[in-house]
Amino acid sequence: MLKLGFLIIVRDLRLSMRHGSSTTMVVSFFIIVVTMFPFAVGPEQEILRKISLGVIWVAALLSSMLSLDSMFQSDYEDGSLDQFVLSPAPLELVVLAKFIAHWLSSSLPLILVAPLLGILMNLPERGYVPLIVTMVLGTPALSFIGGIGASLTVTLRRGGVLLSLLILPLYIPVLIFAVLAANAVIDGDPVMDHVLLLSGFTLFSAAIAPWAAAAAIRAGLE
Amino acid sequence: MSDILRGYDLACIRGEKPVFSNLEFELPPGQALILSGTNGSGKSSLLKIIAGLLPAQRGRISFFDENILGDQDWISHNICYLAHKNSLKAEMTVAENLAFWAALDQYDGDIREKAVKVGIDHCLDLPVCYLSSGQARRAALARVLCHPGEFWLLDEPTVGLDSKGVRLLADLMADHLDKGGRILAATHIELGLDPAKTTTLNMLDYTFSAHEAFHELFQEPWEEDFQC
Repeated sequence: MLKLGFLIIVRDLRLSMRHGSSTTMVVSFFIIVVTMFPFAVGPEQEILRKISLGVIWVAALLSSMLSLDSMFQSDYEDGSLDQFVLSPAPLELVVLAKFIAHWLSSSLPLILVAPLLGILMNLPERGYVPLIVTMVLGTPALSFIGGIGASLTVTLRRGGVLLSLLILPLYIPVLIFAVLAANAVIDGDPVMDHVLLLSGFTLFSAAIAPWAAAAAIRAGLE
Repeated sequence: MSDILRGYDLACIRGEKPVFSNLEFELPPGQALILSGTNGSGKSSLLKIIAGLLPAQRGRISFFDENILGDQDWISHNICYLAHKNSLKAEMTVAENLAFWAALDQYDGDIREKAVKVGIDHCLDLPVCYLSSGQARRAALARVLCHPGEFWLLDEPTVGLDSKGVRLLADLMADHLDKGGRILAATHIELGLDPAKTTTLNMLDYTFSAHEAFHELFQEPWEEDFQC
């Protein structure tokens, strides 16, 4: 059963590599959005230092959303989604594999370039490790929750905007606890509560998302 | 106990529109059931209902005394469904596509041999986006051959095929029937299958035209008490 999940992950990663545009687009968008802030708020180092974590996180949320609507869309359009429903692999496993592939293809690259943007935003030296750790802990939740949204809007032809309206509010807890945790490390405050809440939220979304998304797809195909 | 696949009293509604009702069919092993009827008469809907992709408004389908309607586990191991769309990824090569679906459907035979059978072995290493629509349809037929299921549900399998391809499809179907497989196909084209092994189901016999029948289907049990 795990082998089937692995197969689907490999297939989706291969597709996103061949397609090329999605990962590149997500990373470029991320870089461009963060780059705009020093232009907008001016080059005062103190201000940039203060907003750096928040800006990087918000930009990461927005960019990981860019590739969400393609998560099930192309499979729906070419009939592959029907075959997934009919295949012996449970649909819950299929969507879980697709969430993981989405994380690998659009959140992992963001985590890799985030330190570079930290330099740009004058992130304090002590902030780099917390930034990466919170991103590793928090971004899977973006793929899980976003995946629920993508499965709900898969049958709508132009569901992109609706999808953002649907799931951006649900991203807020991730944003709050990730930025709180990373800032606590920089300020030397106790950090464990925030980290636990962030991890808890990710685990919670991981637990419900496969079932919710599979149910949404079954209902959508009718 | 009976190894005949039987549909009883099936009814289907799409949106608000009733499509068919009181539909019955029988499908013994080694037989093909050809669904005929005009566009919109519910051929595709019937196939989707059997494949569990669409809920039936009423009725059941029995196999060995069990209702298999919506039984995902049974369906996934026994039914191979070829839709209008080919379910092939344009970015991947034919070989990659076939290997992926074969692995997912737990088929462990030789994929290349099946590709030779449908005549697309020379483009196995081409991405699907470079194939003509007929070639892509042949590749989709190769996927059907690489499925261990006994029941083939084919929705307009001849779309895009040239006359040679149609003959090839007929041969493949006859082959499958000889091996004891069963086929439900929605098609307008005379495939020239052995008449002894073929039954035709005319969907127009089950069209839901009668207005009263429509109400009967939607009627809730408690409404009966209030009728004059």
